Amino acid sequence: MASHDAAPKLYAAQEPVFPKRVSGRFRNLKWAILIVTLGIYYITPWIRWDRGSALPDQAVLVDMANRRFFFFWIEIWPHEFYFVAGLLIMAGLGLFLFTSALGRVWCGYACPQTVWTDLFFTVERWIEGDRNARLRLWKQKWDFHKWRLRVTKWIVWLLIAVATGGAWVFYFADAPTLLREIVTGQAPFVAYVTIAILTATTFIFGGFLREQVCIYMCPWPRIQAAMMDEHTITVAYRDWRGEPRGKGKRRRAIAEAAIASSRLAGPTITGQEPGSTTKAEPEAQALGDCIDCNACVNVCPVGIDIRDGQQMECITCALCIDACDDIMEKIGAERGLIDYVALTDEANERAGKSKVPVWRHILRPRTLIYTALWSLIGIGLVVALFMRTEIDITVAPVRNPQFVTLSDGSIRNTYDVRIRNMGSEDATFHVSLVSDNVLQVALEGTPNLTVDVPADETLLQRVYVIARPGSEAAAAERTDFRFWVEELGDNLRAHQDTTFFGQGEPQ
Amino acid sequence: MTDQTNRSDLQEGDPETTGHSWDGIKEFNNPLPRWWLWCFYLTIIWGVAYTVMYPAWPMISGATPGVLGYSTRAEVAEDIDRFEALNADLRTELTDVELAEVTRDEMPELYNYAIQSGASSFATWCSQCHGRGAAGVQASGYPNLLDDDWLWGGTVEEINATIAHGIRNEDDPDARWSEMTAFEGILSDEEIAQVVNYVLTISGQDGDAALAAEGETVYLDNCSACHGENAMGDRVLGAPNLTDAIWLYGGSPEAIEETVRHSRFGVMPAWSGRLSEAEVRATAIYVHSLGGGE
Ligand code: SF4
Ligand code: SF4
Repeated sequence: MASHDAAPKLYAAQEPVFPKRVSGRFRNLKWAILIVTLGIYYITPWIRWDRGSALPDQAVLVDMANRRFFFFWIEIWPHEFYFVAGLLIMAGLGLFLFTSALGRVWCGYACPQTVWTDLFFTVERWIEGDRNARLRLWKQKWDFHKWRLRVTKWIVWLLIAVATGGAWVFYFADAPTLLREIVTGQAPFVAYVTIAILTATTFIFGGFLREQVCIYMCPWPRIQAAMMDEHTITVAYRDWRGEPRGKGKRRRAIAEAAIASSRLAGPTITGQEPGSTTKAEPEAQALGDCIDCNACVNVCPVGIDIRDGQQMECITCALCIDACDDIMEKIGAERGLIDYVALTDEANERAGKSKVPVWRHILRPRTLIYTALWSLIGIGLVVALFMRTEIDITVAPVRNPQFVTLSDGSIRNTYDVRIRNMGSEDATFHVSLVSDNVLQVALEGTPNLTVDVPADETLLQRVYVIARPGSEAAAAERTDFRFWVEELGDNLRAHQDTTFFGQGEPQ
Repeated sequence: MTDQTNRSDLQEGDPETTGHSWDGIKEFNNPLPRWWLWCFYLTIIWGVAYTVMYPAWPMISGATPGVLGYSTRAEVAEDIDRFEALNADLRTELTDVELAEVTRDEMPELYNYAIQSGASSFATWCSQCHGRGAAGVQASGYPNLLDDDWLWGGTVEEINATIAHGIRNEDDPDARWSEMTAFEGILSDEEIAQVVNYVLTISGQDGDAALAAEGETVYLDNCSACHGENAMGDRVLGAPNLTDAIWLYGGSPEAIEETVRHSRFGVMPAWSGRLSEAEVRATAIYVHSLGGGE
């Protein structure tokens, strides 16, 4: 235990981050993902799909009232919730798979917090300018100019936030109707509350908390360490190539000349070996490739210096790669001073050995096992999806009492049979059973053996099964049989096996 | 990259460490952001305010009521009132309608209400004797309501009358009433043995054929007035059918002999005083739907 003179402070003020604009292949990838994900999110509820007269014609719909989920041609009923559970498990395994292979790719590219923050940054940049202008504005006192820019920015943010919260509720009701109701003030209260909450969280999380959400509120950075190993490809700084970094007078002159000439000639890549990229000036040779320009730090949305090594805060968004590649190109050095590399690459590269191909990092037992599990569940779900029929029954035997003796000595069991008509038309179902012919079936409340079930509904029907006096089933303790429910005029059938209780051994 | 913590060059006492070290591991000073700390303080304020607003602190005779006067019990009472009001129309309809017309096909909404309401009344008031599943207690005089045998009739109207007025209770002049004679002292032991064997035989059980043949005369002289010449019983009198497989007090020779000698006297209370008319009628519809309704 060392003595400590100054008591550590309990809290720190948030240090604002002003990421600089950057362009490059990863930035372009991020734009593409941003457009696709936001596009899917905002547009999906507006896709129409013919669902008959009783339901809104919406392709993707979460019908809370009837506990039904519609996804294009797929309709999930509450008893099929395992589909949703299966998809959630697949999402979890997928996250493990990607994290063990590529580190925090989810965080860097697809996480809603990242995507919306990125969008908010873009808006901020349009309105307040790039890094230096924003820094200046930050320090500036609150005059009209600053108020004007800030308020404009907040309004645009708020519009995006409202659209975000607004889009969410459309998944739960007919979108055009709901939009009309929202505008005219007739939408259900819960719709307004949902929009309000999502608007507030989007506005605050995307606009103000930003990287603080990732660093302090999100559990994933803590868990990811367990998902990653030395083969995981992640954003890193090749310090064996970059260090010692330095601006060095001559080095600087060389670099500046290179940058100046590249401005004239356009970008070129020299493709020289690492370490030999600088010209043979002794002073410059002692230095690594990093010219300490801080470009990588300035673009980082979480405000860290990747040259300090792997850090919990890094969301592997690769913007620093784009920034540094740009610099490397300008000074005529090989790109990739900051790059997607695995920990095991380091020893190889130091020893001058050839690079381990990326697929060798990615295809390893761990990722293969994740992939296998993931695919197994996926295949299972698809098979289950194709095997299910449009009708379904569940049979709950009434076991209080186990059986009833009728006047003529027959033994009767009672069953609560739930018949689901998952088709889009009303249907009549015929109830029968397969047994040793001694059991007879009767339905409560009707002399027939048929019941009508409206489209998209479930009917609970009490069914009696009777064994004649003296028959085998009446005497036996239990007899297995099978319920059949068959849609009239159609070939749809469903069945369930259950048990008939007889008098059993004479007491 | 070489070192997961490139900041290992930090020394103890450096501003970024707390100065603590354990096994060579130094503790960094990574203070919370201020806003997060304020959130923490806010939760404390919230917590205290909550215990002031809502019932919270346990006292000797209850908890502090909270300044908002919130109570779950009052909320439940309110909910009950709300549902009573919502169902008021259905209840009125149920008291006016012909009971036999309340079926799933004809009046689905009213039928559904009656079944739900009847089931809950049954569980509260009837299940003590007839059992949760309404199967009664066999051989102890609590009838099974699921089978197809009814002492006093199994139409929904007849079931309703039974529930409303009860059986052999003195509180209700409309209660169903009948009383079997205790034949001990009226019939000789031999005659009793004969009639018991007769009853065993007509109900399809094993009996002494010789005694049974004698017993027929005894039966016709003494029992047929109520149970009928063919022993099929009489619902007007609540006299049970002696030829079927269902025995309220047991069908063994001993149980039958006990019945003949000492008679039985099952009592059911009248529910019209305790339950509303709608509740009684709902219970009748529920019982009728259990599998024995006629
Ligand atoms: S260090 Fe690089 S990859 Fe990591 S968050 Fe910052 S810019 Fe993105
Ligand atoms: S951008 Fe590249 S050259 Fe510039 S400081 Fe970062 S690592 Fe060094």
